[in-house]
Amino acid sequence: MVGAGVIAGVAGLSAALAQDAPLGDVANGKKLYDTVGCFQCHGFVGQGGAAGPKLIDPTPFAAFIVQLRTPRQVMPPYTERVLTDQQVADIYAHVKTFPLPPDPATIPILR
Amino acid sequence: MGTGTVSKTPNIKRRQFLAGAVAAGPAVALAATARSAGAVESARPSVPAVPQTAGDTHAPSALPRLTTNGKVGGDFMVDCIRSLDIDFMASCPGSTFRGLQESIINYGMNTKPEFITCLHEEISVAMAHGYAKIAGKPMATMVHGVVGTQHASMAIYNAYCDQTPIVVLAGNVGQGTMRRPGVEWAHSAHDQATIVRDYVKWDDQAANLQDFSEGLVRAYDLATTAPMGPVFCVIDADQQEEEIAGHNLTIPKLRKRSQPVGDGVALAEAAKMLVAAENPVILAGRVQRTDAGPKLLAQLAETLQAPVVDDRARMNMANRHPLNHSERGNAAIRAADVILALEPYDLYGMLYEVDDLIGRPARPKIRPGTKVIVLGTTDTQIKPNITLYARYTSADLGITGDAEATMPYLIQAIEKEVTPNRRTALATRGQKLKEQSAGFMKAINQQAVLAWNASPVSTARTCAEVWNQLRDVEYTMASEANFLSLWPYRLWNMDKPYNSMGRSVGGGVGYTCSASLGAALANKQHGRITVSLNGDGDLMMSPGVLWTAAHHQIPILYLVHNNRAYHQETMHLQRIAQRNQRGAERAFTGTTINDPNIDFATLARSMGVYSQGPIDNPADLGPAITRALDVVKKGHPALIDVVSQPR
Repeated sequence: MVGAGVIAGVAGLSAALAQDAPLGDVANGKKLYDTVGCFQCHGFVGQGGAAGPKLIDPTPFAAFIVQLRTPRQVMPPYTERVLTDQQVADIYAHVKTFPLPPDPATIPILR
Repeated sequence: MGTGTVSKTPNIKRRQFLAGAVAAGPAVALAATARSAGAVESARPSVPAVPQTAGDTHAPSALPRLTTNGKVGGDFMVDCIRSLDIDFMASCPGSTFRGLQESIINYGMNTKPEFITCLHEEISVAMAHGYAKIAGKPMATMVHGVVGTQHASMAIYNAYCDQTPIVVLAGNVGQGTMRRPGVEWAHSAHDQATIVRDYVKWDDQAANLQDFSEGLVRAYDLATTAPMGPVFCVIDADQQEEEIAGHNLTIPKLRKRSQPVGDGVALAEAAKMLVAAENPVILAGRVQRTDAGPKLLAQLAETLQAPVVDDRARMNMANRHPLNHSERGNAAIRAADVILALEPYDLYGMLYEVDDLIGRPARPKIRPGTKVIVLGTTDTQIKPNITLYARYTSADLGITGDAEATMPYLIQAIEKEVTPNRRTALATRGQKLKEQSAGFMKAINQQAVLAWNASPVSTARTCAEVWNQLRDVEYTMASEANFLSLWPYRLWNMDKPYNSMGRSVGGGVGYTCSASLGAALANKQHGRITVSLNGDGDLMMSPGVLWTAAHHQIPILYLVHNNRAYHQETMHLQRIAQRNQRGAERAFTGTTINDPNIDFATLARSMGVYSQGPIDNPADLGPAITRALDVVKKGHPALIDVVSQPR
């Protein structure tokens, strides 16, 4: 059943990727990001690290929500019982605000 | 009762009596005490103000002997310790080894060993753990009876898991008739070592001083022979305190012992497999044991032109060597057709992935048909209870021998197998690996900047700022780096055998702060800077380590990776909460260290350590490190509290 669900999700992915993300509330998204555990693996500004990949400049919303609901690898699942689609959209809106990093070449101590 | 008369039954209230005694002076007070105590005190003779009888001017003949003349057992124990070239004895004091402690300070004049005062046995043993990894030889610790042993047990366990030699001397009052009533009975045992026997390499309980001498030398010999580990010698209090005149005591000379080397036939077979392989991969567990280790591993990799995936349990290989492919470890393992695992302490974990999902599903990283060769001694130290040995993992060839000691012979065997044609193929492979290395090294900086200006400070920014000021000094990165997303290994140049000291392996929290100070103690004579990127949870397990750093003026820079949580546990709780579809909002309960936030700078200052922080603006970090390193370079400890991103 899980396998079928993942296949169905992937089949619908290309269509979903073309859609815009639903309107999200950035402030509520930040509150959720900092309380439901996103920051724990991805960092407060989505930089990622040993525990999770970066979220800066995120994947399209459709792929984002599929990963959240039925994660690949070992990310804990966020089902509809704990996070509504609107709340996911809010988190996504917040993630979209993460600043792009500076060019490493402009940072003297990294040369 | 009229004025001027003396009552036959004095009715003096205690408070009034004491006031009068103080006013009249000490001598009167003593006399008054004796009078008022009456029969209750008669069993304990008091000193009269004025001699009244012959007993006051002549020592009674029935008293026990009050002094010793000449050497005592503790002095001989110091001789034994010195014979092993042990420089330091870390300890939290206790009466069961008071004899040896007195001998160290008065007979040995507090040199070889020098007494290092600690505030907890977990600190003293963990210091010895870190010291051994940098000094390349053991130091000793003393623990007090069963209570000190239990305090020490966590750190002994870490040393056992990390195969690190430590000599633990545990005081005990062995004879019941020699114990004072009360606490000495609570602190003594028939078989004290049973508390830690599951995780020491050997233990001894000497029946006399000659047994101690031979037991200590044997213990040291075993501790320093691969697979290494802590040893535990119970030292009897009476042996320490007895006079030794007339005893014919000797100290055996420590054997000059070689480390076990793998069998030549097996090495030749391994060489054939490795040279014939298209994609051989070397997995490095706990390889480095001496200064020669990193060079030997590089030489082995270069001879084969094979990538190395370093588990970073030791300073195994220069991190910027083009054949160090730890950065793409799993990809390299998946591509391998022959794997050479050197001193793996969890071979299954190196070759399989186990997902932390329901049922813990596992799958191999390696392709079907991949040949596996294991070289090491780790499996030869299995104990029945502790499951440190991990899952039994099949291999095509197992070679028993210390990896570092065996590598020169393996390299020779490989060179014999390499034909001119094969050499060309190896060189082509090496060129490809070099190009891959250049690619992933470049990507590191692009990842390091992702939260460059964020507050709390990113672990990458912290590590970059520290490295910027360590470039031109000799240093040791003494902490584990898993919780720092491995940034020190990615951003710093580590090419000296002392640049890192790997993991604790045992994972007992509280290791880092104390083992780092032990490393700093070993580095002191070399003038090296020791840096500990120390978790806040770890430091709060043994905060007293800061006092020892200040008291003994051991130069070390602590940067507290202050994410205000036992963050690993927060993530675990989140995982289970999400699995149970209950939401992770309450996953902070019992896992965070805030409300109130701990002020580490004040904590450090309270114990005499220079400190700065809390720092949550990344722009402030560089200057703070400059100031702190100035202090450390002058020979003192310093601490910076860095409010950090979680990982």
